[in-house]
Amino acid sequence: MAVIDLANPTRFLRIVDRVLPWLIATTVVLFAVGLYRALNAPDDYQQGATVKIMFLHVPAAWLGMFGWALMSIAALGTLVWRHPLADVAGKAAAPIGAAFTFICLVTGSLWGRPTWGTYWVWDARLTSMLVLLLLYLGVLALYWTAEEPGRGARAAAILSLVGAVNLPIIKFSVDWWNTLHQPASVFRLSGSTIDPSLLTPLLIMALAFTFLFVTLHLAVMRNEILRRRVRSMRLMQAQEVRA
Amino acid sequence: MNMLVAILVRDMRLAVRVGGGAFMGALFFLIVITMMPFAIGPDLALLARIGPAILWLGALLASLLALDRLFATDHDDGSLDLLMMGQVPLELTVAAKALAHWLTTGLPLVVIAPLLGLMLNIDLHALGWLALTLAAGTPALTFIGLIGAALSVALRRGGLLLAVLVLPLTVPVLIFGVAAANAAIAGSTPFGPAFTILCALSLFSLVLGPIAATAALRHGLE
Amino acid sequence: MSLGPHADFIVAAYAVTLFVVAALIAWVLLDYAAQRRVLGNLEELGVTRRSQREG
Repeated sequence: MAVIDLANPTRFLRIVDRVLPWLIATTVVLFAVGLYRALNAPDDYQQGATVKIMFLHVPAAWLGMFGWALMSIAALGTLVWRHPLADVAGKAAAPIGAAFTFICLVTGSLWGRPTWGTYWVWDARLTSMLVLLLLYLGVLALYWTAEEPGRGARAAAILSLVGAVNLPIIKFSVDWWNTLHQPASVFRLSGSTIDPSLLTPLLIMALAFTFLFVTLHLAVMRNEILRRRVRSMRLMQAQEVRA
Repeated sequence: MNMLVAILVRDMRLAVRVGGGAFMGALFFLIVITMMPFAIGPDLALLARIGPAILWLGALLASLLALDRLFATDHDDGSLDLLMMGQVPLELTVAAKALAHWLTTGLPLVVIAPLLGLMLNIDLHALGWLALTLAAGTPALTFIGLIGAALSVALRRGGLLLAVLVLPLTVPVLIFGVAAANAAIAGSTPFGPAFTILCALSLFSLVLGPIAATAALRHGLE
Repeated sequence: MSLGPHADFIVAAYAVTLFVVAALIAWVLLDYAAQRRVLGNLEELGVTRRSQREG
């Protein structure tokens, strides 16, 4: 099946309908294995059992960034290659990426309280993630205020690309700012190196979360295509009534 | 080139007239800085310590609020469409408008900043350096804001949406602007590196801003 | 399995994650059901899409 088939919304929907059950099953299995390994993982010599939060926090961070990368590629698809489903892919990725970024911030905060003593610490990584969440909220605001799906999609595509270009700059400046304001002790989220007994559960959970992202993404894309169908059918209906 | 100069002059003239926002930004800056001690307390030592940060935040907010009118008035009376159809590349037209905006809105902020710094008990010798950081950084704020202004005019929702879109992108400018200002005052870190990066951010935004804004206008208003 | 002295935080982290993921899934499922329902109604009324007619 050629990639070009994915450009046709109807055919895309058919493919999604077939593939989704398998994706869901794989996701469930991965989470079953991952959670078992994660919850039974050994305690970290520094952080004790709270290292178990890492198995949520790190994959969420990775997926938050992955979401924006996906939006940027979709943006290129919309603006440069004019792929019909590109803007749907971008719009679908935004709420999911934002949710994972939010999870990253909350779990980071809960991890920080027993480890560092406060709920919020302006360390470089958490602060960069906060700015990323703000960017996500901006894109979501664009989608919500657009009257026409197409117009909002193009504006959001441009913002995605501008954001992608700015993210390394923001990351660099926040890192630098953090070293300026770093208090005496150095805070590290996961210790200097990750022991293999912790690395394997982490990778399995990361894989599980990634499959969850992809599954949700395809499902949201399907919903968006259906939503646009409803809209065009309603427009047709209105025209027929007038005629 | 004549056309660009004409746009520049036109925008500046419009800004300084009654309906324009030329000195409103500076007035807002003044008011915000005045309100800060009411919230923070009159402790002069504390105000001096956080003074550069307050000034930078005030400048950021003042720049932001004035961005609305960058495209809105032209969009409303149709001249934006004419500019888009013109022979001059839209990127240059947009850059000329942004430059006019900075000259009428950003530059006044830079000029009155030393005066406001006095109110915040900032060292006299540091006021010049502070103004220099604002002079280097406010163009970045205008040109990054340009992107938000173009995006929100296309969607016909101005105001707060613009701020929501632009503020996260200005984080690096804020960080390095305040860092450079603090370096000049406290002297604990060198002024050079932070200031150079600030200038680099401004130059980068001079390029990125018009390109992204043009794309936003074209795609949004087509 | 002992979660140590900070068990509350670990449980809270997993609970928040579960809640957000469940909310996402719920939104996707509810939205899907709503769109299918509306599409069904429109099709019953005889409204068709242009591509279906030309189909």
